[in-house]
Amino acid sequence: MTAVLDKQADERPAPKKPSPWAAPPRPVWEEEPSRAGLASKGLVLGIACLAILFPLWVVIVTSLQSKKTIDEAGGLVVIPKGITFVAYQELLSGGQVQRAALVSIGVTVVGTLFSMTVSVLCAYGLSRSGSLGHRWILMTLLATMFFGAGLIPTYLLVQALGLTDTYLALILPSAVSVFNILVLRSFFMGISQELIDSARIDGAGDWRILWKIVMPLSRAVLAVIALFYAVGYWSAWFNASIYLTDQDMMPLQNVMIQLVQKQERPVGLAAQVNTGQLSSLALQMAVMVMALLPVAVLSPFVQKHFRKGMLTGAVKG
Amino acid sequence: MSHNTVPRSAGEAKNPARTPAASGDGDGEGERKGTRARSRDPKRAGRLSLRLRFRRDRTLLLMALPAVLLLLVFNYIPILGNVVAFQEYDPYLSENGFVAIFQSPWVGFEQFERIFADSAFWHAVQNTFVLFFLQLVLFFPVPILLALLINSVVRPRVRAIAQAVMYLPHFFSWVLVVTVFMQIFGGAGIIAQTLRQHGIEGFDLMTNPDTFKYLVTAETIWKDAGWGIIVFLAALSSVSDDLYEAAAMDGAGRWRRLWHITLPALRPVIALLLVLRVGDALTVGFEQLLLQRQAVGVDASDVLDTYVWWNGIRNQDFSYAAAAGLIKGVVGLALVLTANKVAHLMGEQGVYKK
Repeated sequence: MTAVLDKQADERPAPKKPSPWAAPPRPVWEEEPSRAGLASKGLVLGIACLAILFPLWVVIVTSLQSKKTIDEAGGLVVIPKGITFVAYQELLSGGQVQRAALVSIGVTVVGTLFSMTVSVLCAYGLSRSGSLGHRWILMTLLATMFFGAGLIPTYLLVQALGLTDTYLALILPSAVSVFNILVLRSFFMGISQELIDSARIDGAGDWRILWKIVMPLSRAVLAVIALFYAVGYWSAWFNASIYLTDQDMMPLQNVMIQLVQKQERPVGLAAQVNTGQLSSLALQMAVMVMALLPVAVLSPFVQKHFRKGMLTGAVKG
Repeated sequence: MSHNTVPRSAGEAKNPARTPAASGDGDGEGERKGTRARSRDPKRAGRLSLRLRFRRDRTLLLMALPAVLLLLVFNYIPILGNVVAFQEYDPYLSENGFVAIFQSPWVGFEQFERIFADSAFWHAVQNTFVLFFLQLVLFFPVPILLALLINSVVRPRVRAIAQAVMYLPHFFSWVLVVTVFMQIFGGAGIIAQTLRQHGIEGFDLMTNPDTFKYLVTAETIWKDAGWGIIVFLAALSSVSDDLYEAAAMDGAGRWRRLWHITLPALRPVIALLLVLRVGDALTVGFEQLLLQRQAVGVDASDVLDTYVWWNGIRNQDFSYAAAAGLIKGVVGLALVLTANKVAHLMGEQGVYKK
């Protein structure tokens, strides 16, 4: 209460909201920042951001250039000359890359929904302390964080279950992350018990409490965990490389390995590349952009909640 | 002046809201009276019969079931599957690979003897440790320094943008990170391209085995150093402003405040992350190294995980590879437990409580 009043009193002389670009007022005890200090800080920060953004800039720009510009530059283009979407039109007009992108989207959507359902249910099931057996179940989960089964037995199991060459092999073996369940659980445990009790008195069962009270109150952490799962599915390639043999089933990351790393020709759309209208380099870069775009667009939206997802978790018995 | 009172009283105002969380974490079944739902009051729970407790909690158990089943099938059964390490496993003995386990002959520790006699295995072990130490020395301090830097930025918008940029690569796949590095440092990359225009040929870091370990470390820093900031930023934001003010009143300058207040505040987090890293020392970027294996060659890039992959998946020598994987798992477990012990001895919390 006092905090709110203090804040209002503070802001009264300046009715306008402070610009987010401006520095907030400096506490009286703090020294005036030196010019050299500010400059060197800005420099280091600038270099760090540039080191991340420059390579992405080159990839994106090159994917948007015509064959002529790319040939003139002798390869990758740093300063764009005009923009053309030829590479993307080509990739999305059918063929290997389009199919791979659809596969990746499908696996990511289905996998994320499945993982979230399983994880949220389990996290809630374990979040009411005093319930029967929850310590045992928790131990069962925690133990997997200390001792991994190993690649070979998992591979043999997936084969024995007949999951090879099915998309289930890309989802089931890595569907549950114990860490994510623990994050969700400790967030659920932080929800006011009075609220849950009053719902129970009003006759709500556990399903209803989870759906109507716990989940709406946990939107932030749900968003973070969903992003973690989605990024996991979107980025995965190893399971596809060992469990899928059919090239037509491969997700985008695996196709990216073939096209960009191993410099193979894309199947089904080589015509334009061969006739010299389209640079194969632009095509490769366009594949990379397709792989990075969804992630780069989505993650900043969830950014302000990251801390919750990273920290409420920690490992607690 | 009032600048100082705002955060403190805001913190106080927040505290009552947090208390249920803190008491919920305690989890003590017999020792704590809380504001539990009456039906699950731990004191009374002791008196209820197992059957009644089951009837009361069956919904919760049902909810936990799918995840537990998935873990049992895909984590616990494969742990048992490690018995093939003590066999000469032959997948063709039966239609089903898992049934074949029961029909394969037992050979005791023969696979392990073969592994210990294989110089390629020791080479992979050596590579694993070299990469681990390199990453510990070169990677580990970077997020701490970046967090201190970001923490000292006071303009909210600048801070948010810098954070967004630095978090970004964490969400990229390894395939993407490696191909991005190819475009910069590879034979057809932007540096090689610029050098070629100035008459210098043959620049290609992606295929150079001598510098490969530094390249791998650089990739790891590019991808994950920014993400590592989060934990440190959270620790920094929990340091009370009063401490800094008091220190400043006593005449401590910027650097002394950093040394005597900020760094001690980070100590538990640094200790925890060190423990986690050491416990995970044998895992040094499996996907990342697998992706670059072809370009740079086996000698430079083979680590324990890729060694298992090569022998098991590629050469189909399942028992041999499973034995190598088992060695890694057991040593890894020992490392986690030891690292925790050391953390406890140092008075830090470690991964789990004593």
